[in-house]
Amino acid sequence: MLTIATGNKAVAAAVKEVRPDVIAAYPITPQTEIVEQIAEYVTSGELDSRYIPVESEHSAMAACIGASITGARTFTATSSHGLLYMHEMVNWAAGARLPIVMANVNRAIGPGWNVWAEHTDAFQERDTGWLQVYVSTVQEAYDTTLMAFRIAEHADVILPVMVNLDGFLLSHSMQSLDTLNAGDFVPPLHLPHAIDVLNPAGYGTLTGPDEHFRFRWEIEKSMRRSRKVIAETERDFAERFGRSYGVAEEYRYEDADVVVIAMGTLGKEAEVAVDLLRNEGVNAGSLRIRWLRPFPDFDLSGREVVVIDRDYSFGFGGVIAQSLMARQRVDLYSVIAGLGGQEVTYDDIAGFVRDRRPGTELWFGVNGDV
Amino acid sequence: MTEIPKEEFILKCTSACAGCPSTLILRYVLKAAGSDTVLVVPACCTSVIQGIYPNTAVNVPLYNVAFAAAAACASGMSEAFQKAGKKTNVIVYAGDGGTVDIGIQALSGAFERETDFLYICYDNEAYGNTGMQRSGSTPIGARTTTTPGGKVHAKKDLDAIVAAHNPSYLATACAAYPQDLFKKVQKALTLRGSKFIHVLAPCPPGWRFSSEMTVEMGKLAVRSGLWILYESEFGKVTINGPSKAAMIKPVPIEDYLSVQGRFKGIDRKAIDALKSQAEQRAKHLQKEAEGIC
Repeated sequence: MLTIATGNKAVAAAVKEVRPDVIAAYPITPQTEIVEQIAEYVTSGELDSRYIPVESEHSAMAACIGASITGARTFTATSSHGLLYMHEMVNWAAGARLPIVMANVNRAIGPGWNVWAEHTDAFQERDTGWLQVYVSTVQEAYDTTLMAFRIAEHADVILPVMVNLDGFLLSHSMQSLDTLNAGDFVPPLHLPHAIDVLNPAGYGTLTGPDEHFRFRWEIEKSMRRSRKVIAETERDFAERFGRSYGVAEEYRYEDADVVVIAMGTLGKEAEVAVDLLRNEGVNAGSLRIRWLRPFPDFDLSGREVVVIDRDYSFGFGGVIAQSLMARQRVDLYSVIAGLGGQEVTYDDIAGFVRDRRPGTELWFGVNGDV
Repeated sequence: MTEIPKEEFILKCTSACAGCPSTLILRYVLKAAGSDTVLVVPACCTSVIQGIYPNTAVNVPLYNVAFAAAAACASGMSEAFQKAGKKTNVIVYAGDGGTVDIGIQALSGAFERETDFLYICYDNEAYGNTGMQRSGSTPIGARTTTTPGGKVHAKKDLDAIVAAHNPSYLATACAAYPQDLFKKVQKALTLRGSKFIHVLAPCPPGWRFSSEMTVEMGKLAVRSGLWILYESEFGKVTINGPSKAAMIKPVPIEDYLSVQGRFKGIDRKAIDALKSQAEQRAKHLQKEAEGIC
């Protein structure tokens, strides 16, 4: 059904379509609309889920963990400080091999208080064992949330998935949305290690130095297998519903000499900049990274690369720029832009490309040389 | 005498200390609860007592969870079982640190939401698993590794905090009175909503007494009036037999303090504070039992 919706409402609508058994959530700007909309669905009877209005994000994830280990389908949503407050349980969910799906509305970390878009919140969870995906449109938020449940619950994965959308820029932007009848696209969940009182077991029992690493390796094995599951899920989604995104979305990429790499809404903005540059005779293209974990593999050799990070690892650099340099050995131009909702237009992005200086880093608005 | 089932859910391979009250308590809790039960255990002595992977000494599903998370985890579990149409008992089994300190926010949230579960706090009045550091539940005057001169602050009144949430059932119990504990767990599990049982767990290495004295120490705690056995069903308070007797003719609290190494060198002021707290608590509970307040 064609409608218009915000990014937040699109996530809520997708959650309604997959009907989780238990949803536990705590409100935080700019995620609130997701949990409000879900509460409306549950109250009106449109969605037959147990809704637990917990007293903190730590408890939101703990409640999802408790529900999930019984074999229930679970969902939560958070943002920024909420995500950091649940950090301990974010780790626990992955370590316990629970296919929880969480929407995270990307927002800067204080102080000072800032409710606007930045990816540093989710990037601080990148080593927890969660799969992470970043979306750029309302439709993509909806489609990806549906796919997230299928990927998380797939027998070859059984790991939690975090769907990231930019605070306000996407969470509160209205765009057209085609809602689906998902049918059996997301099959019923069968958790292999679900609690069974007829077959009692200890979960998370004290695990010594001879065993702990084996469980860590199992997480990595599943993370590696998830690449194939993501691809299969995308393929099936495209066949059924006619849309696909890929692990990274390419735009005028094939013949591009210079490539802009960004995530979320900035990745979409970069497409406009590419058109602008092409009109100027610059052979530009863009690549919007969707999956941060597992990190996609692609070949950048022979191209110039401009990476825009809406994040920073202090004392190290832009996380995406550094990750690409570690894997690709490319001499890229690293731009730090859009922190805490800093406005970055397609003109600005075109400017980064025109004035690129490979091997250096630019803090947009600070260095003063743009 | 209450008929206590012969079936055991604690197997003979725990790594508990000699004379451990926590294992004794859990044994009777599970006898009362039966096999259709899941335990949620935050970091506490039971994290270790249950055994080391791939073994377990507990013969019901036991979900270990992070220190602050037990009540919230149980909330999710309880809702999921209800959604699936299952009547499985969800029981949190947590120490005092995981309850009165780091876990109190999740506890409060779960009770405010009237989560259908039973929360059992076994209280050895310190962080036992990490080697006896003070907790909010350590009594005044007690020496711990972080209060080497004796604790200067009073024991947190956990029961009053829980009571403020109007639970369906609230009771105290003690490792030395397993029949009383058994009956309370059974009763709690017949009721819907949030249930709470606070069990005193005299800890031989932590309190520094000989390991064959666990039961005796629990009895002294009750007979001296420092620990009062009572229950409150939907707010109606009943003081149980042993504590009724202690209120008429208590043994001197010095008899309880002098046999524990942790109170060695306790001063008069701290003893008076303990006495005064015990007396006030008894008076308050007596009034409640008579329906005066």
